[in-house]
Amino acid sequence: MFERLVEEAPLFFNYHNLVFIAQAMGRTLGMTVIGCSVGFFFGLLIAVLRQSSMTALMPLRAVAIAYVETFRRIPFLIILFIVLFVIEPLMPGTSLFGIATVSVCLLSTAFLSEIIRSGLESVPQQQMEGARTLNFSALQMLFMVVLPQSWKVIVPPATAFVVMFIKDTSLASQLGVIELTFAGKMLVNRGFSPVLGFGVILFCYFALSYPLSRLSAYLEKRLASS
Amino acid sequence: MHHLEIKDLCASYDKDPVLKGVTLSSDKGEVVSLIGPSGSGKSTLLRALIGLTPPSKGQVFVGGEAVDYSSRRSLRALRGEMAIVFQQYNLFQNMTVLRNVSIAPIKIQKRSRSDAEKEAKSLLEKVGMAGKQDAYPEELSGGQQQRVAIARALATRPEILLLDEVTSALDPERVNEVLDTIRGLTSAGITMIIVSHEMAFVREISTRVAMMDDGKIVEIGPPSQIFDAPEQRRTRDFVSKILKH
Repeated sequence: MFERLVEEAPLFFNYHNLVFIAQAMGRTLGMTVIGCSVGFFFGLLIAVLRQSSMTALMPLRAVAIAYVETFRRIPFLIILFIVLFVIEPLMPGTSLFGIATVSVCLLSTAFLSEIIRSGLESVPQQQMEGARTLNFSALQMLFMVVLPQSWKVIVPPATAFVVMFIKDTSLASQLGVIELTFAGKMLVNRGFSPVLGFGVILFCYFALSYPLSRLSAYLEKRLASS
Repeated sequence: MHHLEIKDLCASYDKDPVLKGVTLSSDKGEVVSLIGPSGSGKSTLLRALIGLTPPSKGQVFVGGEAVDYSSRRSLRALRGEMAIVFQQYNLFQNMTVLRNVSIAPIKIQKRSRSDAEKEAKSLLEKVGMAGKQDAYPEELSGGQQQRVAIARALATRPEILLLDEVTSALDPERVNEVLDTIRGLTSAGITMIIVSHEMAFVREISTRVAMMDDGKIVEIGPPSQIFDAPEQRRTRDFVSKILKH
């Protein structure tokens, strides 16, 4: 087996294959980063919505809770298929990458909103009372007092979620998105050794997630000391 | 016209009535202290006044104007004139001392940064915290935090200051530094409503003392009356128990 690897390596690492893998890596990273960024934005919105006590927002809150509780319980693969079969007829021609990214958004919104909510809830009620009696508006209170104090609770699990999600995007290969896992399959189908093909893919996943884990550890340390 | 007038004020915590009709008024610059056993509604009265526990019944007038606790605008106006200092200081943990004191003047009252910071520094000096302006709250002792909290409350230039058991969470040797700070305020013409268990301090600083029990004021009068010659039996019992300690 080892001899086969040595024999194939020069053929495998040609310009064409490297670009192909780099593009696949870009799609994996793209789905994760775009999906989780959008998810973070909407997750924050939902978390704030769920914290507010305004009666006018009651119906919206109920929808948000139903959404979060449902989507956290559906396997990612199922979300991918649902999004595919809903979007296809509505917007024919949408790229598979687009469909997969929307699916990531849907799932990450649900998970990240829970992470953010627990962060917001970690800030003692007294901090809010102090702000309210000083005439802070709800938004000022959120951005000047509550969020700055909740980052240290939010950042570690949120980055852990994103790192984990880099792996889960491999399910998008089931749709035919040419991300890392699918690229590995294609290379192996072309006749390369599976150990070589998927070995390189393994390394690519590691190269994507390890720096993020380090960044998370660094942020965690910095936030904890402030 | 009284500076602050409270009429038949009621408030509940989780459906439990805690304030059961409090009537009290205070002239400008007066220091009114609330004493009484735990659970008698003293802190709730302060929280109700500033709208943290919205009153369920009754009226509050500030400078002759009725406060509407269901109206955001009215609450905003009220909190522009009234400030509260909490038992647990409630300083913003993510901000330095200077920022804690200057943020409301800058961001809420839209005063210029240089102006607000200058005033904040002079207030910090007044409460004896000038050297700590760049520290974070968690680096300070309870007494120091409480003095910063007083400076923060004063920075919004309130006409009425509510002090809610401001020394109760402090180490005994830290109590005096905070009480000294409050003593320094009485000449500033700020109307103060103080909830305190420091009886010697209450007696010294108050123009009037109100004895509260079970959500009501049972007796109100100058300190000499409340402490030396209380008219109500409930006051007599409470004061004699407290002063024996």
